[in-house]
Amino acid sequence: MSSVTGVSAVDELPDGDHPVGGLTSTGRVGDRLFGGAAQGAGLLVIALVTLIGVFLVAQAVPALAKDQASFLTSRDWSPGGDAPRFGIVELLWTTVSASVIAMVIAVPVGVAVALFITQYAPAWLKRPAASLVDLLAAVPSIVYGLWGALTFRAVVKPVEDGLQTAFGWFPLFSRTGISGGTIFFIGIVLFIMVLPIVTALSREVFDHTPTTHKEGALALGATKWEMIRTTVLPFGRPGVISAAMLALGRALGETIAVTFLVSTLAPGSPWTFSLFNGGETFASRIANNAAEFDSPQKTGAYIAAGLVLFLLTFVVNAIARVVIERRKAFTE
Amino acid sequence: MRITRSSAVGAVAIVGALALSACGSDNTSTGGSGSTGSATAAAGDCFSGQLDAEGSTAQKNAIEQAIKNFQQSCADATINYNATGSGAGIKQFTGGNVKFAGSDSALKPDEQTAATATCGSPAWDIPMVAGPIAVVYNVKGVDKLVLNADVMAKIFQGAITTWDDPAIKALNSGATLPSTAIKVFFRSDDSGTTENFTKYLHTVAPTSWTATPAKKWAGKGEGKEKSAGVATAVAQTDGGITYAELSYAQQNKLAMAQVDTGSGTPVELTGESAGKAIAVAKQSGEGNDLALKLDYATKEAGAYPIVLVTYEIVCSKYKDAATGKNVKAFLTSFASDSTQQSLASLGYAPLPTEVATKVKTAIAAIS
Repeated sequence: MSSVTGVSAVDELPDGDHPVGGLTSTGRVGDRLFGGAAQGAGLLVIALVTLIGVFLVAQAVPALAKDQASFLTSRDWSPGGDAPRFGIVELLWTTVSASVIAMVIAVPVGVAVALFITQYAPAWLKRPAASLVDLLAAVPSIVYGLWGALTFRAVVKPVEDGLQTAFGWFPLFSRTGISGGTIFFIGIVLFIMVLPIVTALSREVFDHTPTTHKEGALALGATKWEMIRTTVLPFGRPGVISAAMLALGRALGETIAVTFLVSTLAPGSPWTFSLFNGGETFASRIANNAAEFDSPQKTGAYIAAGLVLFLLTFVVNAIARVVIERRKAFTE
Repeated sequence: MRITRSSAVGAVAIVGALALSACGSDNTSTGGSGSTGSATAAAGDCFSGQLDAEGSTAQKNAIEQAIKNFQQSCADATINYNATGSGAGIKQFTGGNVKFAGSDSALKPDEQTAATATCGSPAWDIPMVAGPIAVVYNVKGVDKLVLNADVMAKIFQGAITTWDDPAIKALNSGATLPSTAIKVFFRSDDSGTTENFTKYLHTVAPTSWTATPAKKWAGKGEGKEKSAGVATAVAQTDGGITYAELSYAQQNKLAMAQVDTGSGTPVELTGESAGKAIAVAKQSGEGNDLALKLDYATKEAGAYPIVLVTYEIVCSKYKDAATGKNVKAFLTSFASDSTQQSLASLGYAPLPTEVATKVKTAIAAIS
């Protein structure tokens, strides 16, 4: 009998000290090689992430030390010269709000598409539908940028105007003068880009729902939707959360499409919480100014911005891991 | 899915072939050795090999045409021009990564020092392409628009917000202007075009445009990347206005404003009107360093004042003689009358004769 976490109960003997077969059977050469390789790969990945983190911190700290303005709350960005002032609050707001818009739309839509493909679609439709959605992931980022700028903008603009007219009193939807790449527009393009990630992973998870659970629910008189709600969705929740976190990572770090579409704000623009404002994300600002890395101080300022993005993704992933682990404890 | 051994081997072979085909053979020989046997008249020495340059987006179309013309006579030569912006081009040049840079403004003193150190000899600014900066707009029903520096400065500062503002109406007595909101677009990247445009505004209308001219925009509006970005944005937005090189205006079929310089009649932007403004410019560099000082406030009849001159930043004496020869060959072709005339159809102004003579002398002195 095995539990969901994959630990076999057979291995637990009354005295748990000795493995089955005694101390002599520590495995053959193949076992040791493979175990070593797997361990090495795991260590390599951990080392890579740590080294990237160390690189970011080492480059960013000297620039941060010289920063005259508060890094987390200032809106200035002039990292050059003797008295650099730079702060990331605008970047943080734009990045987070565009990503949140993308996730708020992508997760329900992605889960719905995955449910359709696994539960509702007839057998001949499953594979083609899955491939079609996966094709979205194959489109290069820059093509999304071009398409967004040339074609999609015209579709979204009436929606934005409508929202601004109807809900202009709400701070998130208030009118701004920006007509190009608003946070809302970028959020929608990001949603299309992360949709295949959410769908593909959710699909895998929903496919592996134990048939006994599903049939049990149906036998107890549940309708199809009730069966999905009580068996497939709870079973798949950790997988969906993982998928959402991967998608969020992509949305936070998406560079080329955003750089293409974003409308930078003129210096000195007033602060507004509106989703129809322009502004740069971390990735697009670094990409836009990549030609400016002429002094360690300027480079350090941009790397500090990158470091914030790195930490943000790290924290979000950690929270997701905690949520998944807590859920797993209750599914035994 | 059952994976048999043969299908696994086949899969590895296909993936390997695809991966290895990505490692194509690059022609990485930099700079040929002297001329090939088929040198032709206008192009000077031909070379076979590669020449790397980087810089201004304003002269991108011009350089591409010049490269095409050069390759008609010298088919083996490859010249790569990467249009990343004047700032990036100068940095790459002073870093020694490219052989010459395209820039919308002459080298500043600290850039000159860095370039001299890299070259081992003074760096020269050689004007090659005169690009007028058009003020493009997209207003439904308005085909002809006249603006002057003061009104332009106010528009780009956000002081004038609608197209039917009295200040604009005063300059356009015949036209009916709608009450659409003005949407300003600016270059979000460091741009020589921004610098030249703001130099014009600051020189002619210093009370309305108080910010120091710089590659970074200091006015109001929405930022878009590169000339292509701002031109596309205006084409798609009713009420949009921006500044961009003439070639981008022509490509996107955008209407251009005429400039009232105080000379009597508003000046329309054409190759000759831009050329007239360059002809009255003075040389601010010494000897063969042909940095020009443009007179933005010129009241010369029929002279369009908002022009930018793009320079090719070269070493006067290259450390590698072959590179010097190749740069000289290409620039000689670039400065030739036939190439300069072919640029006119792309939206550039050919160099006026006096300037062209000085340019040819300077190029001949490169080694």
